[in-house]
Amino acid sequence: MGKNSLIGGSIWEEYSQKVQDLMNNPKNMGEITEEQAKEMGAKLIVADFGAESCGDAVRLYWAVDEKTDTILDAKFKSFGCGTAIASSDTMAELCKGKTVDEAIKITNIDVEKAMRDTTDTPAVPPQKMHCSVMAYDVIKEAAASYKGVDAASFEDQIIVCECARVSLGTIKEVIILNDLKTVEQITDYTKAGAFCKSCIKPGGHEEREYYLVDILKDTREEMEKKKMGELADAKTSENGEFAFEDMTMVQKLKKVEKVIDDNIREMLMMDGGNLEIVDIRDTDDGFTDIYIRYLGACSGCASSSSGTLYAIEAVLKEHLSDKIRVLPI
Amino acid sequence: MRVYLDNNATTIVDPFVYKEMVPYFCEKYGNPNSLHEFGSETHPALRCAMDRLYAGINAADNDDIVVTSCATESINWVIKGIYFDRIFNGDKNHIVTSEVEHPAVIQACRFLEKLGVKVTYLPVNSDGVIEIDTLEESISDETALVSIMWANNETGMVFPIEEISRVCKKHDVPFHTDATQAIGKVPVDVVKAGVDYLSFSAHKFHGPKGIGGLYIKEGRVISSLLSGGEQMDGLRSGTLNVPGIVGMGKAMELAVENLDFEKNDVKKLRDRLEDELLKIPDTFVVGTKEQRTPNTILISIKGIEGEAMLWDLNKAGIAASTGSACASEALESNPVMEAIGAEADLAHTALRLSLSRFTTKEEIDYTIDIIYKAVERLRTISSTFSYAPDWHESKL
Repeated sequence: MGKNSLIGGSIWEEYSQKVQDLMNNPKNMGEITEEQAKEMGAKLIVADFGAESCGDAVRLYWAVDEKTDTILDAKFKSFGCGTAIASSDTMAELCKGKTVDEAIKITNIDVEKAMRDTTDTPAVPPQKMHCSVMAYDVIKEAAASYKGVDAASFEDQIIVCECARVSLGTIKEVIILNDLKTVEQITDYTKAGAFCKSCIKPGGHEEREYYLVDILKDTREEMEKKKMGELADAKTSENGEFAFEDMTMVQKLKKVEKVIDDNIREMLMMDGGNLEIVDIRDTDDGFTDIYIRYLGACSGCASSSSGTLYAIEAVLKEHLSDKIRVLPI
Repeated sequence: MRVYLDNNATTIVDPFVYKEMVPYFCEKYGNPNSLHEFGSETHPALRCAMDRLYAGINAADNDDIVVTSCATESINWVIKGIYFDRIFNGDKNHIVTSEVEHPAVIQACRFLEKLGVKVTYLPVNSDGVIEIDTLEESISDETALVSIMWANNETGMVFPIEEISRVCKKHDVPFHTDATQAIGKVPVDVVKAGVDYLSFSAHKFHGPKGIGGLYIKEGRVISSLLSGGEQMDGLRSGTLNVPGIVGMGKAMELAVENLDFEKNDVKKLRDRLEDELLKIPDTFVVGTKEQRTPNTILISIKGIEGEAMLWDLNKAGIAASTGSACASEALESNPVMEAIGAEADLAHTALRLSLSRFTTKEEIDYTIDIIYKAVERLRTISSTFSYAPDWHESKL
C-alpha cells in the first residue's frame, strides 16, 4: 500500500545491470564434452535439476581434477526466465577454481550478491530470488554425482524458505525465543517468506514440504503443551512451590475443591447445608474469582453473605493464594 | 523497428478517434448535466456517440448501454448487482461462470463466495472453451446468473455464445457476457446472441482508456453500484466523461466498419505469422485459426521459457505477452493455461501475439525473423531442448 505500490512497476526495471548483461550474453553457457574434459585431465560431471513443467530447469557441467578435487571448468544450460539464465551463469562462474567441497558451500545468496551492481541494492526483485535457488540445488547434484553419494546427504538441515535459506530449526527457535504469533513476525525476524512467498502457505508458486503457517501452528501447540507439562509437573511436586496463579483452570478447580472438601464442606453439612462451585474465572486485575452456590440450609442463611462467606474466603486464601475472591450467586 | 503485438492488452487510439475527442477537452468542456450552453453544447456529440454504441452491438432503443469507466466496472456491477437484487434477498444463491474468465469476473465471484454465494467455475476442454452440456448440468433453481466470456483474452478462443444463451433462456437465468475481447474482432450482435448483459471496454478496440460500457437488456435493470447525481438515468452516477464517450462512440463505429478488414486482412497477417512460427519444430498453438478471434495466437515453443522470449523480443522492439508465471509480479501461473490443462509445460512456454488493424506486413516479417533468432539463441541455452540445427536458414 502507498504511493509506490499503487501503480505496479515492471519487474524488469528492478534487474541489476549485471543481471541484464548476463541475460543477454551468458559467459559460461554451453557444454563440456568428454573429449574436452579428457584434454584437461579431468573427470566430466553432468548434473540436472528441475523440469520444464516446473518452469525452471538447469544442467551443470563440471570438469573436475580428481587429484585435487578442484573444478577446472564449469558450464551450464538452462530452461528458465532471464534471471534463471543469469543466476546459472553466475553460479558456474563461482564454481570455477573451487574444490568440490568449497562449491557445495555456495548458496543462492552468494549467487544473488555476485550479481549486484552495488553492495546494498538487490540484483533481482524479491519474487525472483527463487531463480537463484536452482543454481544452489544443481551444485549439490553435481557434487553428489562426483562423490557417488546422495545429494540429500549434504543437507544437514531442512530448509523451509529456499530463497532466504532459512531452516526449520531456525524458524522454530525464533518462534519460541521471541514468542512469535504471526507469519508476518516470522518473516520480519528471519526473512523466511519474504521473497517468492511459496513457503508461507500451500498454493504459492512452488509446492513445499513445510509451510510457515503450519510450522507456526505446530510450534505454538508445542509451546502450549510444554507449558502445560511444566504446570502438571509442578503440581505433582510434593513441596508445593508452584503458585496457584500459574495453574491451569482445571488444576485450580481441583485445588479449590480439595480445600473446600477438607476444611469447609463438613462444617456446612453439619448445619444442614452445602455449596457447589459454579465457575472459576481469572480476572484482569490478577485475582481468581470463585463463584459458589449455597445449597440446602445455607441458601437462606443470613450469614452466607457475611460470616460464612468470609470464613470460606479466608480458608481458601490461607491454603491457596491471597488473590482469591469468593462470590456467591 | 518497434512492433506492437500486444493488442489484447490495450490498443493504439485510432487517430480518427483522437481527433473527435480533442474539442471536448479545452473547447466544449461543460458538464452535460448543466442547464447552460457550456453543458448543452456537448449533447449533440454525446447523442451521436450513443447512437454509434447502440448501432455497434445492435441494441434496441429501450435497452440501456450504460457508460462506465471500464469493463472491470461493468463486470463488477453485473455480478454484484445481481447479488443485491436476486441473492441478498434470499431468492437465489448461485452463479455459474468459467475457469478461464478475466480476473474481473473471477475475483468478483470469489468476493461473493465470501458472502456465502455458491459459484460454479466451469472447466474448459483442451481448446479452452466450455462444453454446453456441462453448463446445462450446472444450472439449478438457485442459479441467479450465468457469466461467460465471448472471447478469451489469452487464447482468442470464441465461445459458443448463442448456444449458451439458449441454455440460459431455457432455464430462465440471466446471461452476462464479457465481450471485451470480442468487439472489433468478431461481429457482436446482442439480439442474435440473445444476451441480457454485455460488458466492454473502449481501449481494446482503439478507443481511449478509462471508458467502457454495460449493455442491459430491457427489463433486466439492476441496482446501481455508484450512487450520486443520478447521471445515466440514475443507473450510474458520476459526471459524464464526455471526451471518453465521444471517443468510445467513434471507436465503436470504426470497429464495426473494420470487421471485414479484421476478418480478412488482419487474419491473413496473423495466419502468416502463425504458419511461419509453426514451422519451428516442437511448437503448438491453442485452438484452430477459425475458432479464434482473427488477431490472436497463443503459441508454445518448447524449451523456451515465456519471459526469456519476451526479453529477447523486447530488446528487438517487439511487444508481446506471456502466460508465464515468471513474468507476473505475483509469480502465479496463468489460470487460463492451467485450465486448458494440456501440457503442463504450456504454462511456462506460452507466448501470446495479438495483432490489430494497424499491424503491417513489414512488422510481421520482422517479427518472424526476430522470433526465429530468439528461438535459436534461447534453445541453445536451454537444458530441456536438444537443438536441431539447419531448420531455419532455408525458411527465411
